[in-house]
Amino acid sequence: MARVSFGGVIKEVSLAYTPEAVPGDYVLVHVGFALNTVDEEEAQKTLELLRQLEPAGAETIDDAPGGEAA
Amino acid sequence: MKYLDEFRDPAAARELSAALHAVTTREWRIMEVCGGQTHSILRFGIDQLLPPAITLLHGPGCPVCVTPLEQIDKAIELARRPEVIFTSFGDMLRVPGSSTDLLSVKAQGGDVRIVYSPLEAVELARRNPQRQVVFFAVGFETTAPANAMAVRHARGSGVANFSILVSHVLVPPAIEAILASPECRVQGFLAAGHVCTVEGYEEYEPLAARYGVPIVVTGFEPLDILQGIYLCVRQLEEGRAEVENQYARAVRRQGNEPARASVREVFEISPRKWRGIGEIPQSGLRLRESWSEYDAENRFTLLTGEVDEPAECISGQILRGVKKPNECPAFGTRCTPESPLGATMVSTEGACSAYYRYKPHA
Repeated sequence: MARVSFGGVIKEVSLAYTPEAVPGDYVLVHVGFALNTVDEEEAQKTLELLRQLEPAGAETIDDAPGGEAA
Repeated sequence: MKYLDEFRDPAAARELSAALHAVTTREWRIMEVCGGQTHSILRFGIDQLLPPAITLLHGPGCPVCVTPLEQIDKAIELARRPEVIFTSFGDMLRVPGSSTDLLSVKAQGGDVRIVYSPLEAVELARRNPQRQVVFFAVGFETTAPANAMAVRHARGSGVANFSILVSHVLVPPAIEAILASPECRVQGFLAAGHVCTVEGYEEYEPLAARYGVPIVVTGFEPLDILQGIYLCVRQLEEGRAEVENQYARAVRRQGNEPARASVREVFEISPRKWRGIGEIPQSGLRLRESWSEYDAENRFTLLTGEVDEPAECISGQILRGVKKPNECPAFGTRCTPESPLGATMVSTEGACSAYYRYKPHA
């Protein structure tokens, strides 16, 4: 079992399925089990792809909602 | 929080939305399979960032919603037995069976307890050797490794008074059932990232090829979902039908091999009935013969038989992407989260409850 911080809340989590996890890793947790360690390099690649998109067209921004993400 | 904030950046969402507008030239219907994604879409207003030509259909990936009525009735029957401590994730307690729900059984004195992990239920059994502890093992591929480990842990530590009531379902056979139906309207899929974290996505490749639909393995944050839709639309526009992995930071093609091995040790593939859809061949998991002593349906003699759904509820059509929640005449009037007709309204992952909560007047 390992101690995992969920934005500051600490919970005991089983690493039975992620034996490779080391202290400091980010893990994806479901019902008390870590199911994967988050791949830093892949996360950066995804963000890089997002950055390479064409700049926004003005007409589409006006419809953007003011929800929690915005 | 790291890996959350970056994937909620509103400026990036607007750019992605613009790119999606630029690439879309005609109407497309895409299904997000997972109920967690349905809630993200409505909560963050992602549907309002899409070109009007794109319609999102909400799929059957809500474990609470697709658990058949008779499994809930069996859970209720077990929870009423004086020797049983019935344990479950919290979201199953308010799901209506044919006459009542688990929360009402608890209010009437049944020993029903909410656990965060099935391992807690095993621990409860160890501390209460004179009682029978039953865990309601409901879920998709994502939850199966935890339930497999609970049963293995019970055997390994000699806890004999623990058993599980199984209602486990699998995503790829459900996608195939939707695609094979003559009323299918879906042209592309967002596959649920967390399901693929466990099982990988090899199984989706023959589906994409056979039915000519793009399938994009997609995460749960707003940018993940927008990017998943973008990749799916780009494939549709280019006439491609491939499996793509948007959620590469958490999903590998072969999934999590130790978790898969654990599931295969304890469970085998079986036919399963889905609430609102009916029986789908090879679409679920049951305990293997060698583990059947942990099957609550073997341990206890249960009286519950086949049960029918309320006729007015259209949750079956909603789960197959044939109708949307607000097309139901009972939506928001005779059917609300406080007084639900069917599971898509009661579950926090259900499409009807998402519409009720985030766009009640849509």
